[in-house]
Amino acid sequence: MAAELGHFALILAFCLALPQAFFGLMGAHWRRPHWIALANRAVAGQWVFTLFSFACLSYVFYQNDFSVLYVAQNSNSELPTFYRFAAVWGAHEGSLLLWLLVQATWALGVAAFSGNMPQQMTSRVLGVLGLISAGFALFILMTSNPFLRLWPAAPDGRDLNPLLQDPALAIHPPMLYIGYVGFSVPFAFAVAAMLEGKLDSLWARWVRPWATVAWMFLTCGIALGSWWAYYELGWGGWWFWDPVENASFMPWLIGTALIHSLAVTEKRGLFKSWTLLLSITAFSLSLLGTFLVRSGVIESVHAFASDPGRGLFILSFLGVCVGGALGLYAWRAPLFRSNAGFAPVSRESFLLFNNMLLVGATVVILLGTTYPMFMDAFGLDKVSVGPPYFEAMFLVPMLPMVFLLAPGMHAAWKKASFESTKKILGVLLGVAVVLALAVSAGVYGWNSVMTIVGLTAAFWVAGAALVDPISRWRNGHSLPASIVGMSVAHFGLALFIIGATTVESYKEETDLSLKPGQTTEHAGFQFTMTKLEDVAGPNYQAVQSEVVITRDGEQVAVVHPQKRVYRVQKNAMTEAGIDAHWNRDLFVAMGEPLGEDAWSLRLQYKPMVRFIWLGAAVMALGGLIAICDRRYRKRVTVDEGAAAAAGAKTA
Amino acid sequence: MTPRRRRMTLVALIVLGVGAATAFALTAFQDNLLYFYSPSDVSAGKAPADRVFRVGGMVPEGTFKREPGSLEAHFVLTDYAHNVKVSYTGVLPDLFREGQGVIARGRMGADGVFIAEEVLAKHDENYMPPEVADSLKKQHQKPPADGPLPTT
Repeated sequence: MAAELGHFALILAFCLALPQAFFGLMGAHWRRPHWIALANRAVAGQWVFTLFSFACLSYVFYQNDFSVLYVAQNSNSELPTFYRFAAVWGAHEGSLLLWLLVQATWALGVAAFSGNMPQQMTSRVLGVLGLISAGFALFILMTSNPFLRLWPAAPDGRDLNPLLQDPALAIHPPMLYIGYVGFSVPFAFAVAAMLEGKLDSLWARWVRPWATVAWMFLTCGIALGSWWAYYELGWGGWWFWDPVENASFMPWLIGTALIHSLAVTEKRGLFKSWTLLLSITAFSLSLLGTFLVRSGVIESVHAFASDPGRGLFILSFLGVCVGGALGLYAWRAPLFRSNAGFAPVSRESFLLFNNMLLVGATVVILLGTTYPMFMDAFGLDKVSVGPPYFEAMFLVPMLPMVFLLAPGMHAAWKKASFESTKKILGVLLGVAVVLALAVSAGVYGWNSVMTIVGLTAAFWVAGAALVDPISRWRNGHSLPASIVGMSVAHFGLALFIIGATTVESYKEETDLSLKPGQTTEHAGFQFTMTKLEDVAGPNYQAVQSEVVITRDGEQVAVVHPQKRVYRVQKNAMTEAGIDAHWNRDLFVAMGEPLGEDAWSLRLQYKPMVRFIWLGAAVMALGGLIAICDRRYRKRVTVDEGAAAAAGAKTA
Repeated sequence: MTPRRRRMTLVALIVLGVGAATAFALTAFQDNLLYFYSPSDVSAGKAPADRVFRVGGMVPEGTFKREPGSLEAHFVLTDYAHNVKVSYTGVLPDLFREGQGVIARGRMGADGVFIAEEVLAKHDENYMPPEVADSLKKQHQKPPADGPLPTT
């Protein structure tokens, strides 16, 4: 019964998305307040029914109703309750329903927090969001209905993929989707501005918090995924340049460019059409990511559910969204010419370079990710692009970007002189070089020039990020939350670079064979396997070893890596034993039995690896602080708005 | 410099920078393209001798060998027309087992044994790498009926 109710609610949600789109767009076009009000109601209704539908799916999972095909495929009577809820989005159908719920929630958010926007603008934005919702609801109903019944009911389910039975991965998809889908809001704002033919500083001020929130969640989602891959896949890597990882990283890079470009549009009324283009691109890349993951066009560890029909639908949907938006752009972009200029050395220039380099990095990744697909589609060679390409090429745009960051943060709008900040920036750079040399030569031992370059960049950015708010405060300038947020986010980036540079330069990895009682030396630590035993979990059997790690006779840690076999899917799974410390991880993963009680073990020493995820978390925190800025909450009266717009024009 | 010349210089610099980056990108790209070959291709001598490439196929039952306590493993990859011998030292992926489709990345050794640097098996019991499925299809040869082939 719950499944049918959920299905019915989903159909109703689809039916409400259509009037949301129609009345939202046409109500604004023909200026009919009643229609606009109707669109707002439709948003609320759509959200309620989508939530209800999602609750129904959660309920059938909780009940383990194996007469529902999707439940039978992704749950099992032995699956712990927590993972039964996580299993709702554990595969294709449910994750799309989650997508739709997130989409509806964003629309509800726009409707609720749009008090300071003209009604027409809100209405157009909601209309565009309604169109996107309708597309996705139709996609679910036509190709991926999670409520399909299975008759006769399965006696038991096939269980959730064991890889997904993990707390971090349970919250990874919602985070990622909030980010992905969140970029539909700037997209909708861009389309609305183009329909209206007007784009001013106020528009940028409305969009900025939405873009930042989406970016924030995407940052958290990607970091969670990386953390999960690190400890769950058993390889101890934190980024694999896997097509699916790239699919989430490309919208992030463009989203980062977007929030910087929006800053210029708000403060100076410049980069208008560029901002529009980035808004369109960020969401297009989110859709492309979904297409890549869900169609199975790329071979990847993530492409569990693949189906050409679905791929075709998403591709058509992508074509309609992107094609429509770009067509509108081609038609309307000439309206958004900005007259203001800026000197070659100014904050605008730095942000322009930031944007160009971020887009360059995205192009590099897009080329490497889609090239094998195109080769395959045209029946040419079967190829894949290896991580070395990404590792080398990603740095080409990113290194200059990071080095431009420190002076960029201190550059003034319009024309920067650096007279007052030259000295402090120079001192910071000197300190950064000395620190980088000290860390690489003194702490870890000389490695390569790239290590020094990476650490120098990180320390310089960290210093510049700290000095900027301090000097503002000392000079008696006001210190709005957006400035603090920016500094915090840049500081987070520095932490990330420290982690990534150090772990890639100084990690030590080895595979070896070990028996109980044997000891081996790795990276200055002694690893002794003391025990090997069988343990049982709720839905798996495992062989667990106990490895005691000592250094100079003193015990550092005891870890318990496991090799699990889940009873239903019979998959072997590696559960790494990790001793986490702020400045290093010791990572022990079990390989396979080699006979005579010996096991192959993977031992890794990962210095500063925690800084990678800490850095990402601090970046996201920066975003959170920035959106708390008072000016986003302030109601702008018509006069003030006109004044701000005029100011932007004359400035 | 007049503003016009300054702008032209800036444009020239950007074009140069983008050009250099593109050239570098294409070189890095060419160097890191990994080609896929089936065991039949390898037997026919189509695979390069001096380059890293990928070979994929099924691991037939009874071909996996390893000395007790050693990390060095030997196995065979087949597309049911030709075989390639593979050696690999290290920890194999969780889903590596006989009867499973796998992809190995590495280079050809002098003795005709493929020396793998990395072995990939997929985290799904029904999954077969698409390249392997394709190259099996090309052989027009059905695997034995009781074979362990995935259903997809």
